[in-house]
Amino acid sequence: MEELKELYQQIILDHNKSPKNYGKMVNCTHASEGYNPLCGDRIKIYAKVENGVIEDIKFEGEGCAIAKASGSIMTALLKGKTVAEAQQLFEEFQHLITSDVRSNVDTEKLGKLAVFAGVREFPTRVKCAGLAWHTVKAAIEKKDEVVTTE
Amino acid sequence: METTTLKKETVRLPESRQPGHFDVEKIRADFPILQRPVYGKPLAYLDNAATTQKPLAVIEAIRRYYNAENANIHRGVYHLSEVATRKYEGARKTVKNFLNAASEKEIVFTAGTTDSINLVAAAYGRKFIKAGDEIILSHMEHHSNIVPWQMLCEETGAKLRVIPINDRGELIFEAYEKLLNERTRLVSIVYVSNSLGTVNPVKEIIALAHQGNVPVLVDGAQAVAHLKVDVQDLDCDFFALSGHKIFGPTGVGVLYAKEKILESMNPYRGGGDMIRSVKFEKTVYAELPHRFEAGTPHIAGVIGLAKALEYVESVGFEAIGAYEKALLEYGQEALSALKKLKLIGTAREKAGVISFVIEGIHPHDIGTWVDRQGVAIRAGHHCTQPVMERYGVPSTCRASLAMYNCKEDFDTLITALHDIIKVFD
Ligand SMILES: Cc1ncc(COP(=O)(O)O)c(C=O)c1O
Repeated sequence: MEELKELYQQIILDHNKSPKNYGKMVNCTHASEGYNPLCGDRIKIYAKVENGVIEDIKFEGEGCAIAKASGSIMTALLKGKTVAEAQQLFEEFQHLITSDVRSNVDTEKLGKLAVFAGVREFPTRVKCAGLAWHTVKAAIEKKDEVVTTE
Repeated sequence: METTTLKKETVRLPESRQPGHFDVEKIRADFPILQRPVYGKPLAYLDNAATTQKPLAVIEAIRRYYNAENANIHRGVYHLSEVATRKYEGARKTVKNFLNAASEKEIVFTAGTTDSINLVAAAYGRKFIKAGDEIILSHMEHHSNIVPWQMLCEETGAKLRVIPINDRGELIFEAYEKLLNERTRLVSIVYVSNSLGTVNPVKEIIALAHQGNVPVLVDGAQAVAHLKVDVQDLDCDFFALSGHKIFGPTGVGVLYAKEKILESMNPYRGGGDMIRSVKFEKTVYAELPHRFEAGTPHIAGVIGLAKALEYVESVGFEAIGAYEKALLEYGQEALSALKKLKLIGTAREKAGVISFVIEGIHPHDIGTWVDRQGVAIRAGHHCTQPVMERYGVPSTCRASLAMYNCKEDFDTLITALHDIIKVFD
């Protein structure tokens, strides 16, 4: 039960229920679609990037609480960041969710992202947390194909 | 790895629901894995549609084979090879009796249902199905009864026609009648749906197809652990099953086909064991059914499968059917009582499977949550994406039972679901 509480923290449940930046964007400059073939979940990311800065970002799609909260927290975090900063955050997030369960989490550096430390206990759910991030990376790097978690 | 074992307290179903002589405690004791805990909780294994657990008798039969009987079959003149061959061919007889086939020549060992269907698509389909011909499937097929036919259609120019289903998840029979026509070359249909639990009226489907001389393949993967199958009574032309879904090993299965049809088919894979003589000018193929079993087969798997079938028969389908029906009803009623829960698949004839969704909670979250209480259910599309699309959901939760499940397995599931609904509210 402790691990479940770690995974489904209130912040994650709240973002799942009322995700931020959820919906379509018509005048985006970048868009990408992510797909998790294991569960059939899909997510779309739209971004408006001007002069190397993410001016606006939205996401939509089907997903579990972890995937949705990840999309919500991620978009809130990335708004106003430069593309280079976004890539840096992607690396940090990837490092967090794939790190050893026993290793310490640098909550100060990770800020809000630290709530996802709980997924490390659930190897089958790491991909759910990573889906939005992989998709945004593909979007801002202008990759056309659908990214999958495989 | 946890080493302690937990004994699960089983309470009997209410008297009115306790069928005849079925002693679930005794059955449970035959399955070693059911004694192990998961996360410190007794295991409630409710993913039997994915694969079933194995009784000790099957595990022992395989162990005995490798310990004391291992040799290749149909080749050696020495003692061990004779023993292995006798066991392998004896298993064929067990399968023949289990399905009530007319002859052992009609029993081909394969790697499983998927392999059996691919065998028919390649060896029957490529020979008899041409451009413009039609193959009828249903909307509730497993991907393994869709993709091989799509591949065949792409190769030959034949077309797939799909029988629709109603909201309960039942085939619309009148639509099937309309789809059958003079271009129909094959009907390939699932007996019991792995994502909806629907039991299809295969006997009627077959009788109707036969009026136009159209052969019928029955995907029996989900049927054999729950219902007595008699291929002669059904009059099906092909019947496919997987060992691992009926308490046997993975990687082994059966294709039953009527002798006349098998005789008319092209060989499938070429190689050793499927030939009588090989010259560079010409090869003479072996007799049925060996013609379709190229290469060294999964001998241990076949022996294990036969043992599993014997085990099921020793329990008896009458007892299994009555017990599982009561358990399925218990599970469905208890689940339906949960607010926000919706059953997907409410056919009047069902076996083994309860699919559901809960408003506002993704099936993956449910799967993870109940797992920590020791409950194994499946969350996903169950290799039936067209069914998911039909119901407008990306995935469902699926609790699927076998004869060793008990009321408590569902009670544990329901308690866990109550908790997650509260937490997610
Ligand atoms: C209805 C049905 N058909 C076919 C299959 C494929 O069986 P296998 O993977 O053993 O080949 C399955 C397995 O999930 C099934 O449920």
